[in-house]
Amino acid sequence: MDVVYFIELAVNGALVGLMYALVALGIVLVFKSSGVANLAQGALAMVGAYVVWWLGSATGAPLWAVIPLGVIAMFFFGRGLERVALRRMVGQPVIMIIMLTLGLEILLRGLAPALWGTLLKRMDIGISQQPLFLGDILVNRAYLVGGAVALVLIALSLLFFNSRQGVVLRAVSDDQIAAWAVGIRVERAISLSWGFAGIAATAAGVLWGSVQGIDWTLSLLLIKALAVAILGGLDSIAGVLVAGIAVGVLESVIPGYVDPLVGGGTRDVVASAVILLTILVRPFGLFGREQIERI
Amino acid sequence: MFYRLAGVRHTSYAADRALWPVPVDRWQIRALLALAVGAPFLLPDLYLTSYLLPWLVWSTAALGLNLLMGWAGQIHLGYAAVMAIGAYGAIHAVRLGIPFELALLGSGLLSAAIGLVFGFAALRVKGLYLAISTLAMQYLVDWIISHVPAISGGSQATLQAPAFRFLGVPVAGDWSRYYVALAVCVLVTSFLLNVGRTSFGRALAAVREKDFAAAVIGVNAFYFKLMAFWCSSFLGGVSGAVLAFCYYRAVTPEQFNLDVSIQAVAMVIVGGMGSVIGSYLGAALVLLAPIVLNNLVGAFARAAALPLHQEVLSHIPLILYGVLIVGFLLFEPLGLAKVYANIRNYFLVWPFRHARH
Repeated sequence: MDVVYFIELAVNGALVGLMYALVALGIVLVFKSSGVANLAQGALAMVGAYVVWWLGSATGAPLWAVIPLGVIAMFFFGRGLERVALRRMVGQPVIMIIMLTLGLEILLRGLAPALWGTLLKRMDIGISQQPLFLGDILVNRAYLVGGAVALVLIALSLLFFNSRQGVVLRAVSDDQIAAWAVGIRVERAISLSWGFAGIAATAAGVLWGSVQGIDWTLSLLLIKALAVAILGGLDSIAGVLVAGIAVGVLESVIPGYVDPLVGGGTRDVVASAVILLTILVRPFGLFGREQIERI
Repeated sequence: MFYRLAGVRHTSYAADRALWPVPVDRWQIRALLALAVGAPFLLPDLYLTSYLLPWLVWSTAALGLNLLMGWAGQIHLGYAAVMAIGAYGAIHAVRLGIPFELALLGSGLLSAAIGLVFGFAALRVKGLYLAISTLAMQYLVDWIISHVPAISGGSQATLQAPAFRFLGVPVAGDWSRYYVALAVCVLVTSFLLNVGRTSFGRALAAVREKDFAAAVIGVNAFYFKLMAFWCSSFLGGVSGAVLAFCYYRAVTPEQFNLDVSIQAVAMVIVGGMGSVIGSYLGAALVLLAPIVLNNLVGAFARAAALPLHQEVLSHIPLILYGVLIVGFLLFEPLGLAKVYANIRNYFLVWPFRHARH
């Protein structure tokens, strides 16, 4: 048991996990406000990355100008999705709404590569490839930046929930009908949460796009994000943070030790295993509210 | 006028409860069956093997999934994994020398057993969690199949389906494979046509509508949800085995990935949840529409001299599934079955617009 190896895996895993948490943040925000499981979040992240890349390559503008533009565009894209598709489904059985978000995911996953091309797109956001040593530990710079951005965004959204608009969102997530009764515009709040989901997705898409390139595989982040969201509790932002780190560490440490034994590829199933175990043992997650209807 | 309802008066409960109380429907079914049996004589082999056969097999699979989604109101995003278990189970069983009929049953039982394990985990919670855990099941089963050489024969391997006999007749040519698929499809269809008339089907419907209410009238919701999972997984396993033996004639892990699960779900939603004919229509639309649309767009691009990339064409199926799912959920949540029912209801009383029926 090599301690340095273990710590290196754990630290890099934790940073990757924070970047997963960024995707999961969108799922949690939407679930908190409207009780809808947003299975389109992976595709949203992919679209966000594509949009930023496209804005950059079409205008030739530097990235610091393009990313805010992309964030704004995706904010309205998220709101648009809610307005056009999700709002019509209010009051329908939950199975229908889940299928609708899944349908959106598939649609976007087909549409984005068809529009912008399937070839892997490189996006350089100016992170040097130099190895970074903290003591004896080799840390991936891209992960470090990604983890930091994720931390900031999650902290911001925690802060946001203490603002006036955030209190409105909290009221909506508590009880939609009661919120309605005291004059809160519930539709607007839900639409806003979709907009935030779009923002989180863009940030995640850009970070992941700079790490692994932009193509449709970015939408596969969905399953990792779901694992994070479920483990943390679907309606807890703090849970996203903790669960993100946990999933990231597990995903990095387990393959590090198990892969040599089984011949590789364990990384892909850690998320699925986390989902199943969480649902078996503690379906409401680490920090979620215990209001799951059991049968 | 077309349905000639005048004079159709049922004098016994049995007649009134018949599957098709209207004589025209009975004739339609007989005609369809005759067409299905005679299809090898009527159609060129190419159409038989590349359109009709997959349609039948996928309709069987869609019916199995529809039992869970439409009749029991549960969701399953890992149906392709269930089918994969059936396909691999059957192929390994036949390779070990077990007769095909038994292997078919065995593959169904294997799928049902594994599906039940996941269902047991998933059904403790509802809706959303069920969706996510079946999604996790898809990934897990995919991974296990492709990483355990004893199952898949090594990574990237293809397992050929061995030669087999069905009811004592060697199944070798296109025709005999078609008839095997047809037989299974007819069996499954008749099961689903009748399931709504059994206590089991009624219990499922009660659970689907409201599980508390079902529990109040003495229906054990958990038990019946598990049973729905069991039955649906069984049918999925059998149809996966038929798909592997009669259509692909080989099996690789990629044939049963997540996209296939989504395709199956699309069939059920597009066709109409809880409808037998809907499963057929949905399977047809989901299978055929990408081919037709690809050809149409390709032809259009050539005619208009548009420089359309192969990339765009290759993404049309995915876009189409998405559009179909979203569009039907938003605009016709009951699917093609409802469209068919509307047309039928119109012609039931034609030339009048409204009539007691």
